[in-house]
Amino acid sequence: MARKVTTRRKLVMTAIAWVLGIMIFFPILWTFLTSFKTEADAIASPPQFLFFHWTLENYHEVQSRSDYFKHFSNSVIISFGSTLIGLIIAIPSAWAMAFAPTKKTKDVLMWMLSTKMMPPVGALIPIYLLFQSFGLLDSRIGLVMVLTLINLPIIVWMLYTYFKEIPGEILEAARMDGASLMKEIAYVLTPMAVPGIASTLLLNIILAWNEAFWTLNLTASKAAPLTTFIASYSSPEGLFYAKLSAASTMAIAPILILGWFSQKQLVRGLTFGAVK
Amino acid sequence: MAPKDWNGASFTRTVPEWAAECLSGFGGLFFTRERALPSKNFRSGLAMATLHTRSAARLMMAPSVLLLLAWMIIPLAMTIYFSFLRYNLLMPGMEEYAGFSNYSYFLTDPAFFTAIANTLLIVVGVLLITVVGGILFALLLDQPMFGQGIVRILVIAPFFVMPTVSALVWKNMFMNPVNGLFAWIAKSFGFQPIDWFASVPLFSIIIIVAWQWLPFATLIMLTALQSLDEEQKEAAEMDGAGAFSKFFYIILPHMARAITVVVLIQTIFLLSVFAEILVTTNGGPGIQSTNLTYLVYAQALLQFDIGGASAGGIVAVILANIVAFFLVRLIGKNLEA
Amino acid sequence: MGSISLQKVSKVFGEAKVIPSIDLDINNGEFVVFVGPSGCGKSTLLRLIAGLEDVSGGKVVIDGKDATDAAPSERGLAMVFQSYALYPHMSVRNNIAFPLKMAGMPKEEIDKKVSDAARVLNLTDYLERKPRQLSGGQRQRVAIGRAIVRQPSAFLFDEPLSNLDAALRVNMRLEISELHQQLKTTMIYVTHDQVEAMTMADKIVVLNRGNIEQVGSPLELYRSPRNLFVAGFIGSPKMNLISGDYARAQNAATIGIRPEHVSLSTSDGDWRGTVTVAEHLGSDTFLHVNADGVGPITVRAGGEFGVKHGDTVFITPDKSRMHRFDDKGLAIPAAA
Repeated sequence: MARKVTTRRKLVMTAIAWVLGIMIFFPILWTFLTSFKTEADAIASPPQFLFFHWTLENYHEVQSRSDYFKHFSNSVIISFGSTLIGLIIAIPSAWAMAFAPTKKTKDVLMWMLSTKMMPPVGALIPIYLLFQSFGLLDSRIGLVMVLTLINLPIIVWMLYTYFKEIPGEILEAARMDGASLMKEIAYVLTPMAVPGIASTLLLNIILAWNEAFWTLNLTASKAAPLTTFIASYSSPEGLFYAKLSAASTMAIAPILILGWFSQKQLVRGLTFGAVK
Repeated sequence: MAPKDWNGASFTRTVPEWAAECLSGFGGLFFTRERALPSKNFRSGLAMATLHTRSAARLMMAPSVLLLLAWMIIPLAMTIYFSFLRYNLLMPGMEEYAGFSNYSYFLTDPAFFTAIANTLLIVVGVLLITVVGGILFALLLDQPMFGQGIVRILVIAPFFVMPTVSALVWKNMFMNPVNGLFAWIAKSFGFQPIDWFASVPLFSIIIIVAWQWLPFATLIMLTALQSLDEEQKEAAEMDGAGAFSKFFYIILPHMARAITVVVLIQTIFLLSVFAEILVTTNGGPGIQSTNLTYLVYAQALLQFDIGGASAGGIVAVILANIVAFFLVRLIGKNLEA
Repeated sequence: MGSISLQKVSKVFGEAKVIPSIDLDINNGEFVVFVGPSGCGKSTLLRLIAGLEDVSGGKVVIDGKDATDAAPSERGLAMVFQSYALYPHMSVRNNIAFPLKMAGMPKEEIDKKVSDAARVLNLTDYLERKPRQLSGGQRQRVAIGRAIVRQPSAFLFDEPLSNLDAALRVNMRLEISELHQQLKTTMIYVTHDQVEAMTMADKIVVLNRGNIEQVGSPLELYRSPRNLFVAGFIGSPKMNLISGDYARAQNAATIGIRPEHVSLSTSDGDWRGTVTVAEHLGSDTFLHVNADGVGPITVRAGGEFGVKHGDTVFITPDKSRMHRFDDKGLAIPAAA
């Protein structure tokens, strides 16, 4: 199986791949570098790559001017909140569909998937008006509700594909070994399901963190997560590249790190198990 | 738009025979490999599927099913209702039945056709870049090299950047005609910098969105590529296939399903591009970069025309429905395998 | 301890009658093999005994007590699954200890039993590993270990060797037989491989389409198959079945003669034929002969019988070992 590869070919491929990879990554790298520049250095021509005056000033500025951590914690609350509630609702149903399937199970799954395909503008107006009349506009609770619902189909699907991979014979073995239903769940099922649940959690936090239709339309300031907060830089005053970069770096860094851990689950989750 | 049309199952009952046949042929093309695998799932025969567990299962499924049902039906029904009203938030209490006038107004508005065209341009443009780019990147990343894992991480990164951040970073730090990096590159080669968002607003948005979705396409193509049996490639080489015939006869057909999945899933998301437009061009200049989603948003939340915007929302729903139809069929086929 | 009795047991899945009605008695300490082609209902029958599947009718009696409605865990049986069904997140030690832990046994006693079982099964060095770090044969032994520590009244094996390669299968077959000699516990073993059935069983139950075709010791089935199905299923290579004029001359619809009951000569015999394929196994030679007026016949010849494709040979069936079947496929008793 080991195929012969010339070192030369490998070196050429390495060079091409690294150049292209860095080009794709460059906007993120550039944002990161710019966040440590002074505003003047940030727009300097020719651009300054590494030899500029490094400063943490922008990070201070972003926090003191617009209370960055309020928005950061809104993002945390909204993404974790919606994902956890989604999991609580989804685990029983994915469980039931994976372990006690009926002829309708497939239809139910497909129907859930189809709700995900409804374009958000189809629901924007009524949701906006309902939120207005119930005082949910610009509230974290309202946003958690909406994000729970829009990600619920993905959560159910991901869990379903993971649960389905737990072989039925193992559950039978546990039953033969004298485990009661509760013990079967505690000692056999849960430990085998936890990795799948964790991956689902991870991917959905990422999706909820980056969601930028409902967050932009339903929040303004009080409950605004980072998506909305960053959007406020679209109408800036004065020099702002370095501060935008600082705010952006803080907004994407945590999720970038989580994302790198969830590469494999990403494919599976976003293709509803069609590609593994 | 009856809500049950969202149900994949009821779609299949309403399609004419010929369409069903086309689709099953379509499915057969992509799923033969999976079908050949024996199913090792005997679960349906488990003792668990007794009457007692069945009702327990229904109870366990109830919360998610009911919530999604409500989430689907209530807003959609309200949108349909509003779409038949003359209803402007600036004139509260003046609502009245308007028949199809909202639809005829919306559908005869030249902005509507521009928005439809822009929506499709964004979808097609981004798909073209990401699918071709994704295949090429996947082929590249599949080659033996040093630091493969790191390159992979670099390429995937843009997917995790929130849309507002990527749009603003591109808009200001790259595409700005004065201070952007592109302007500097153009100037250092002696060219006049392009004012991206003024002269080619839609193209600029396509670039930004494509940058965000390229990782997704690459990742899926790479996953598919890596599942290709090494022996199959070796057999093709023994049969005298060169690099190009190997790609066109072995690799591309193997990736066909992954490509389909990428196209369909991205289409769903790309039909609703919003944040990137909001923070870069606000749909402008004029309506040059307004897509359907943004048009409905502008109608509702900037002009407060609830009736007109609702009609637009329903049109967007129908458009997405057509795409969803194919996606549901495709993934449904896969579920059987 | 360990007698099992099935009384008019039936199983229906939706429309399909997988098992119409079966009566069977299994005595304490017996090694019983259910054998039959795939889809014959043998695994279903085992799962009905285990309680993993509910019977549609009839009774399952274990040790004289009606266990029809008892949960799997209450039946005192242990099962070894085809896929081994080891708990992937537990070490070998914990896998084997699991049933004892479920039974609430004190820790010292569990430890002792696990190390005893590990010693018997040569797993002592692997106790701290996870199942995925083991080879197929080792996983198989862990599954058996998990079954034996409980000292069940009977063991159920569901095609336990089908995922192993040929050499390992022969080994494990011996180990399971030895285990049965040591433990003297009832064992019920499901397989589609008649060689496994013949070599291991005290009693073979031949199943076909949910019905019992015949029950008996390996030699009983070999010597006097009750019908064509059993005749064709038991024995390797398969019994030659000859119909047509030759059979009619013997007052039968079909005549059966095993390859090993045909004598071979290069000069004279009852039937003249041409060798199509000669398989030289060393210890045996199997000749596929196209006999004039009879058709293709498989013959077992001595180990180093030097014939090749195209040779003419003469073959003579041993009349006393011939089996005769009527037009319903049932064996006609020799006396008639």
